[in-house]
Amino acid sequence: MHYALVLMLFMIGLYGVVVKRNLIKIIISLVIMETAINVFIIMIGYRSDGMAPIMQQTMAPEVFVRTSVDPVPQALVLTAIVIGLGVTAMTVSIAMRLYERYGTYDVREIRRLRG
Amino acid sequence: MVDITPNRGMTPIVKTVAGWVRGITFLFGLYIILFGHITPGGGFAGGVILALVYVLMTLCCGKQKAFEKLPLHWAAELDSVGAIMFLIIAWLGMWSILGGSFFTNYIARWNPGLPYHIFSSGTIPLCNIAIALKVAASLFLIFMLLVTTKVVHGPNE
Amino acid sequence: MLELTGVLLLFMVMGAIIAIETRDLLASVISVTAVGFGSVIAFFYLRAPDVAVVPIVVEVLVLVILIRATLRVGLKTFIGNRAFFGYLVTTALLVVIFLAGVMVIDGLPAFGDPVVARIAEAPSKVYIERGLADTGATNIVTAVLLDYRAYDTLGEATVLFTSIVGAVAILRRKARKKPSEPEADEW
Repeated sequence: MHYALVLMLFMIGLYGVVVKRNLIKIIISLVIMETAINVFIIMIGYRSDGMAPIMQQTMAPEVFVRTSVDPVPQALVLTAIVIGLGVTAMTVSIAMRLYERYGTYDVREIRRLRG
Repeated sequence: MVDITPNRGMTPIVKTVAGWVRGITFLFGLYIILFGHITPGGGFAGGVILALVYVLMTLCCGKQKAFEKLPLHWAAELDSVGAIMFLIIAWLGMWSILGGSFFTNYIARWNPGLPYHIFSSGTIPLCNIAIALKVAASLFLIFMLLVTTKVVHGPNE
Repeated sequence: MLELTGVLLLFMVMGAIIAIETRDLLASVISVTAVGFGSVIAFFYLRAPDVAVVPIVVEVLVLVILIRATLRVGLKTFIGNRAFFGYLVTTALLVVIFLAGVMVIDGLPAFGDPVVARIAEAPSKVYIERGLADTGATNIVTAVLLDYRAYDTLGEATVLFTSIVGAVAILRRKARKKPSEPEADEW
């Protein structure tokens, strides 16, 4: 059921990218899609009543191996979040230049003007 | 300390508190970077916290204050220095006396320290510092570029 | 049945619906920041503390950048959606993709049972068991990021650098007649 909720969040973002006319709404929907994917990847590696993959001094190694959550998805998501910021910055700079050029954020107008 | 002239930026109360919080947050970011191999954190988390200090200064005191502390061309240089440092640490592993392949942790093979100590994990603290430098400078550059460039209005104006 | 992750995901879904349907751009930007902060709380609950610190700062930066891009004097507002093959066909397509995704999700193990526990030779088991002995670091996520999977970190550094170069190249312009403030290429 939890995975279905994350998939629904992704679908809402996809709907926004496909259907909306305002360029800023499209960028916002891209950010929603990235957030949904990051949460989904970390949810895959979760173990119920587990512990974070950081060893502590007062703990036996067998207990750590048995109850820790998966560390590989966390490493992947950490880079994905910073890359998402870079992509958002680039799309916002493109949007700012398009506004200077065409005077509007409407994607239908931007496609039609040949200026 | 901070310039509390009331006609630029926010009220003097906000500027004074931001002046106190600035130093503590910077120190906290350095702590998270350096102890990244023992406690949660590492290069990315510490680097974004360092960039956040400059965002705070821009929002509270105006962009001149932030540019006084770190001019834009220095930030671009630090960005490249961080990336080159990371690559040099990785490339040094290619000499066959040290390890033989691109990213080997040669310091851990040569002189492994005790776990839970700061000088323990080989090249990992050095890579943390390089990555944090790169991420902090990059986020500062993105933020300053997108927020402080003058945007001309549409073609009709 | 309802636990914290389910409630947080419900909150994020509601925030996302508000973000794309409201007509006020400022409210929509704030809603997407709320979705991001909901994901931060979800990361803390899912036992990922070093992943959770990064989206806090990233959401603040995205908020300020989007507000700077959207709020300006004389912004023309418009309502309505695009006609992309007709509104009903688009919704039907999205429903079909959603149902296909649900069928894929049924093949995954239940939430709370890590996927790699079912695989015998998973690399995660090797990293957890031999992380301290191989690298000497007790933070296994940092050991994975900077020792076992350091190429991915190098790729991330490259992508971040490239996106900065791209943003600078897009915003650079020649000097106008009245340069009253420093522009993108005057440093």
